[in-house]
Amino acid sequence: MSLSWYEASARQRVAALLDAGSFEEFVGPEQRAMSPHLPLFDLPRAFDDGIVVGRGRLDGRAVYLAAQEGRFMGGAFGEVHGAKLVGLLRAALTETPDAVLILFDTGGVRLQEANAGETAIAETMRAIADLRRAGIPVVGLVGGRAGCFGGGGLIAGTCSRLAVSEGGRISVSGPEVIETNKGAEEFDSKDRALVWRTMGGKHRRLTGGADVFCDDTVAAFRAAALDLVGRAPAFDLATLEAEQARLEARIARFGDCRDATAIWARLGVNDPAGVPALSAADFDGLVAGLEGTTHDAR
Amino acid sequence: MESFTFRHTTQKPLAGTKAQAITGVVASGNLEVLLERVLPADQCTIEIATPVVGYGDVWEAVAADFVARTQPGGLRIAINDGGARPDTVSLRLAQGARLMEGGR
Amino acid sequence: MTDWRKQRTARDERIAAGRAHASGKVVRHEAVVELLEAVLRPGDRVCLEGDNQKQADCLARGLGACDPGKVHDLHMVQSGIVLPEHLDVFETGIARRLDYSYSGPQGARIAKMLYGGQIELGAVHTYLELFARYFIDLTPNVALIAGVSADRAGNLYTGPNTEDTPTVVEATAFKNGVVIAQVNQIVDTVPRVDIPGDRIDFVVEADKPFYVEPLFTRDPAAVTETQILMAMMAIKGIYAEYGIRRLNHGIGFGTAAIELLLPTFAEKLGLKGKIATNWALNPHPTLIPAIESGFVEQVHCFGSEVGMDRYIAARPDIFFTGADGSLRSNRAFCQTAGLYACDLFIGSTLQIDLQGHSSTVTTNRVAGFGGAPNMGSDPHGRRHPSDTWMKAGREAGGTGDPALRRGRKLVVQLVETFGDGLVPAFVEHLDALELAKKIGLELAPVMVYADDVTHIVTEEGIANLLLCRDADEREQAIRGVAGYTEVGRGRDRAKVEALRARGIVRRPEDLGIEPLDADRSLLAARSIKDLVHWSGGLYEPPARFRNW
Repeated sequence: MSLSWYEASARQRVAALLDAGSFEEFVGPEQRAMSPHLPLFDLPRAFDDGIVVGRGRLDGRAVYLAAQEGRFMGGAFGEVHGAKLVGLLRAALTETPDAVLILFDTGGVRLQEANAGETAIAETMRAIADLRRAGIPVVGLVGGRAGCFGGGGLIAGTCSRLAVSEGGRISVSGPEVIETNKGAEEFDSKDRALVWRTMGGKHRRLTGGADVFCDDTVAAFRAAALDLVGRAPAFDLATLEAEQARLEARIARFGDCRDATAIWARLGVNDPAGVPALSAADFDGLVAGLEGTTHDAR
Repeated sequence: MESFTFRHTTQKPLAGTKAQAITGVVASGNLEVLLERVLPADQCTIEIATPVVGYGDVWEAVAADFVARTQPGGLRIAINDGGARPDTVSLRLAQGARLMEGGR
Repeated sequence: MTDWRKQRTARDERIAAGRAHASGKVVRHEAVVELLEAVLRPGDRVCLEGDNQKQADCLARGLGACDPGKVHDLHMVQSGIVLPEHLDVFETGIARRLDYSYSGPQGARIAKMLYGGQIELGAVHTYLELFARYFIDLTPNVALIAGVSADRAGNLYTGPNTEDTPTVVEATAFKNGVVIAQVNQIVDTVPRVDIPGDRIDFVVEADKPFYVEPLFTRDPAAVTETQILMAMMAIKGIYAEYGIRRLNHGIGFGTAAIELLLPTFAEKLGLKGKIATNWALNPHPTLIPAIESGFVEQVHCFGSEVGMDRYIAARPDIFFTGADGSLRSNRAFCQTAGLYACDLFIGSTLQIDLQGHSSTVTTNRVAGFGGAPNMGSDPHGRRHPSDTWMKAGREAGGTGDPALRRGRKLVVQLVETFGDGLVPAFVEHLDALELAKKIGLELAPVMVYADDVTHIVTEEGIANLLLCRDADEREQAIRGVAGYTEVGRGRDRAKVEALRARGIVRRPEDLGIEPLDADRSLLAARSIKDLVHWSGGLYEPPARFRNW
C-alpha cells in the first residue's frame, strides 16, 4: 500500500514527496526554535513549532517547500510557525527556485498567539503575491487531517494552483465555527458527509476552487505537484479580472443552491448523490465532461 | 508543565553514525523525540517536557528501561510530550534509536 | 372451586380495554398513552424493549407520558437501559423496581438514582440470565416491543435487528401477557414473518422510525500502533497456537485491530482457514476485509449494525438471512452460541485486579454487563470436545484422573496498561467493590471472574494464567504484563523472568514480533472509506463516520 498523505506526518510527506535524499531543512528541530507563548498556557511545544521548511528537488527541479504538521495544535499558525513560512517565501524570492510548494494542514490561527498568527497570514499572502509576480509558481497541496481552514484557506486562495484529495477540506470558517454562529440547523458540523460535500476536495474541484483532485497517496500528490508546477497561470491584471468575472458568474449561477449536490446537478452532473463515492479516476472522468471547472483565473 | 532530566552512563555507544533524528508528533497522547549524537560515547541524557504533572517516577522508570535495553551511548535525547502513555513513550524512544542506528 | 384462569381472564380484560383505542389491532401513535393507560395495571412487570441496539422509543415516550395516578409502581424487566426515558419513569413513580442487564450511556444516572433510592434494584444480569428469568420468575405482564413493519393481523417483521424480540414475546404471549409492538409502518404484507400475528395484540404505527445505535462501528482511522502490536501478539500467541476457529470478539478497538490484521498479518502467517472461521458476532464493519479475503466461513449475529444491511444481504453464504434476504439476528441464540459453541472470547475491560477479576464499572457508573460475562465464562455444562478446548484444559492441569479432565474455554482480556487520561487498567482493588458497598449491592458487579480468565494480553506481553500453579505465580504473571502501572512496577523481576522462562509470560520478542513493525500499514483498512471499498460499495456507513 502506498503511503497515505492523510496519515503521514509533515516530515514523512516531505521526505516522500521530494526526490530521495534531496531535502535540506532550514531552522531544523535541533535549533529548538519553539513558541515563546505556549508555556504561558501550560501547553507543550514542538521543536519545529509545527512546520517544516526547506528546499529540495522535485523530479530534478529546485523547489522550496513548507509543510505544516496538522496534528500539532491543529497545524495552526503561531509566531514562530508563521515566521518560518514567511521567511521561506522571502528567501525563495531571492533564491528563485523553479517553484514553491506549500503543504497545507491547518485549522487557521493559533488562539494563544493570535496577533502574531494573523500578521503571519497577511505577510504570507503578500510574499506569495511577490513570488507569483516574479514568475515563480506557488502550488498548494491540501490533504491533511486538519484540512485548510481559517487563514490557511485565505492563503490557499492566493496560490497559483491547488491540488486537493478526498481527505482535504478548504474553507475559511470551519464547520464548528459556522455551527456555533449560525446554529446546527444551518450547518450540522457532526454530519460529516455534509461537511465533506460542502468543503471537501471534490466540491472545491467541481466549483473551480482547486485544479487537481488526487488520490490520498504521497505518489499522487507528487504527480499533481509536478503537473501544476508546469502550468501555473500568469499573475497579471488580466488573470485577476478573469478571476473576478468567474466568481461573479459563479455566485449568479449557484447562489440560490441550498446544498452542494444542487450545485453539482446544475453543473450537469447526472448523479449528484453518487459523487462522494466516486474514485479519483472516475471523478476525473466526470470533471472532464463538464464545462467551466478548469480555468486559468486566479 | 513539568520537566525532568535523567543522566545515564552506558556500557557502549549506540551503533551508527547518524548525527540527528526526530520521530513522533506532539499531539494528544503522543510525543516527539529528538535525538542528537553530541555526548561522550558512554553518556546519555534524556530531557522531558510534559504537560501532565505527577508522573516523574514513571518517566524515570521508562527512561531507565530504555537505556538498559538499548545502550544509547552518546545521545542527547529530548522529548516534548503531549500526554503520551508510557508504552507510547517506549515505542517512540525505540523508533528514535533505530533511526539513529541507520534504520533497516 | 379453584379458578385456574385468573391470568387469562385478566389478560382478556386488558385487551378488551385496549381495543377501545384501536382499530382492530392497529393503534395510531397519538393514542399510545390512552392505550397504555388502558392496558397497564399498577405493579405490572413490564418489558419496554430497550435492547443493545434497537429501541422501542415511541412506546417509551408514551409510557413516560402516562398519568402516574393510573400507571405506577411498575417493575421494569428489560435488557437495556439506554434512553433517558427508561429512567424518567422512575422519577415520576410510574416505575419502581428494575431488573436489567446493560445500561451503557445511562450508567452514571442509574448509579445516582440507585444511591438516591429512586430505583429499587432487583439485579444486574447477564443477557442470558435475564432472558432465563423471563421464563421463571420475571415473566412480563406487558411487553412493549419494536419492529420495522407489521400487517393488520399483527404479523411482525423485525428487520435485521431482531435482537431480544422473539425471547420477550415468547415469554409474554404464552404466559397470559399482552404484547404491544411499535412499527415504522403498517403494510399489507410483511417481507417476512419474524413474529406470528397471533402473538401480537396491538400494533402502533410510530411517529418516526425506531432508534438504532451504531454501537459496533469502529473507525479504522483511530486504531493505534499499540493496539496493532497487541493484535499481532493475540493472533500469533493465542489464535495460531490454539487453532482458534470458533470465537466471539468484544467491541473495542483492540479486537477491531485483530479483525483488520486477519487479511494481512494472519494471512502471511498462513493462518487462513485455520483460525477465525466461525463467529458469534454482530456484523462488525471491520470484519468486512476478513470476509472478503475468504477468512470467514459464517457469522451468527446478536443484532445488526447500521449501514451493513445491503452488504449482509449480498453475502448469504456468510450470514443468517431470511427468505426476504435480510439479516435475521437473535440475541438469545447468539449468546447461547457464544457461551457453548465458541472456544474463545476476547474483549477489553477497564480494570483488572491482582487475581485477574475484571470490571467495567467505576465508582460512579453502573454500566451493567451485556453479553461479555456469558461469553467470557467457562461453561461447565459443555460436553463436546475441540482441539482448542482440550489443549486449554490440558494446560489448566489440575488433580484427578486425566481421562476425566474437561477442556477449557479461552477467555482473553485484551487491555492496554493505561486507559484514557493515563488511568491505569491494573489495580490492587476493583472500584466495583467500592461501588457495591456504596449502593448496597449484594454482589459486586464483576464482568469476568478471575477463575474464568485464561490469558491477559497487554502491549507488554501475554500472561497465560492457565499455566500458573498458585496464587503467587498468578499475581506475578499479571504484574509481569502490567507495564508501568503501579501494579506493574511492583513486580518481583526475578519471579517474572522465571515465569517468562516457562512461557507463562511472553514478550513480543518471545513471539518473534518486533514492536517497531506494529504499523498502521498492516491494517487491511485504515479508514471507513477503505471498508466501503472492501465491501464493493455495499457498506453504507452512517454520516457521522464518513469523511467524504
